[in-house]
Amino acid sequence: MTGILPITLEDATKVVQVFLYGGKEYVCVMKLHGDVKEEQIKPVLKEFEDEIYQRPPLRSSVKRQLRTRRIYYIDYLEVDGRNVLFKVGCEAGTYIRKLCFDIGEILGVGAHMQELRRTRSGPFTETSATRVTLHDVAYWFGEWEEKKDEAILHKFIEPMENALVLLPKIVVRDSAVDALCHGANLTAPGVLSVGSGIEKGSILGIFTLKGEAVALAKALASTEEMLDLKHGAVAGLQRVLMPRGTYPRVWKTGSGA
Amino acid sequence: MPRTIPPWEIKRELLTKAENTTNPKYGHTPSERPAKEYIQYGTINLDKPAGPTSHEVAAWVKKIMHLSTIGHGGTLEA
Repeated sequence: MTGILPITLEDATKVVQVFLYGGKEYVCVMKLHGDVKEEQIKPVLKEFEDEIYQRPPLRSSVKRQLRTRRIYYIDYLEVDGRNVLFKVGCEAGTYIRKLCFDIGEILGVGAHMQELRRTRSGPFTETSATRVTLHDVAYWFGEWEEKKDEAILHKFIEPMENALVLLPKIVVRDSAVDALCHGANLTAPGVLSVGSGIEKGSILGIFTLKGEAVALAKALASTEEMLDLKHGAVAGLQRVLMPRGTYPRVWKTGSGA
Repeated sequence: MPRTIPPWEIKRELLTKAENTTNPKYGHTPSERPAKEYIQYGTINLDKPAGPTSHEVAAWVKKIMHLSTIGHGGTLEA
């Protein structure tokens, strides 16, 4: 299989969970085991644009219990004999091999997954200007080592913040940053702006006014509540991304310093 | 079936609660990080070739770039 495999370098590895739980898009070749007319295939593919049930395959790394996964869309692309090409947008953890098998059952002839290419992992897509191959990485890194021109790094590396663009976000004031870097929960006075659509329990990114990621957090209140609240915790920290001391420490210690 | 909006099509607005400024003495806009930090807090949108496993591909990038840690966003295997 080929396609988009986001790689996180060194400290950026702390954001890798965002990709693991982010949505995916694949282009798939499904091989039918019998002849089916094109007009019959299309409506069956549309039937799967829903919450579907899947049991993880025998060879899998998770517990084999029935679970649901959301198929956002299946776009039929073309058919060539018994090969059906389609594009599928789905929730993380959807088994495309299983999906092909199930589509084959509904069509009545049976089918299996022939080829698969991932075209999206969260915000990273195959059409992005920064998409690179292993050869590109080796080439550009060699160029960087030789010339030490920072523009070269920008050709194949993106800041970890780009991995977080699909998350709702909260922007905080400079004075709130260092306490967050020490793992404290975010309290209302530190909040400058809030993304729309946040609900209690949403996973979100906390950012500085410069656009740097400070931490991943879980919302303890909705967008509207966060805009209203004068004090109290609004987000519980999940993962600190910024090193301590990047911003000055302005919070008071227990001894009343 | 009503089509569910995929996460990448959800439009979010940023709503302002208070205005403030940031001190240029601290931190960096992500695209302006010095080279060492730019790599240290960087990600690569890699197009995995057929054949090697995701783990092997990540290990190669780690070796090519002389890194201490590397991660990858979900295996892409047969």
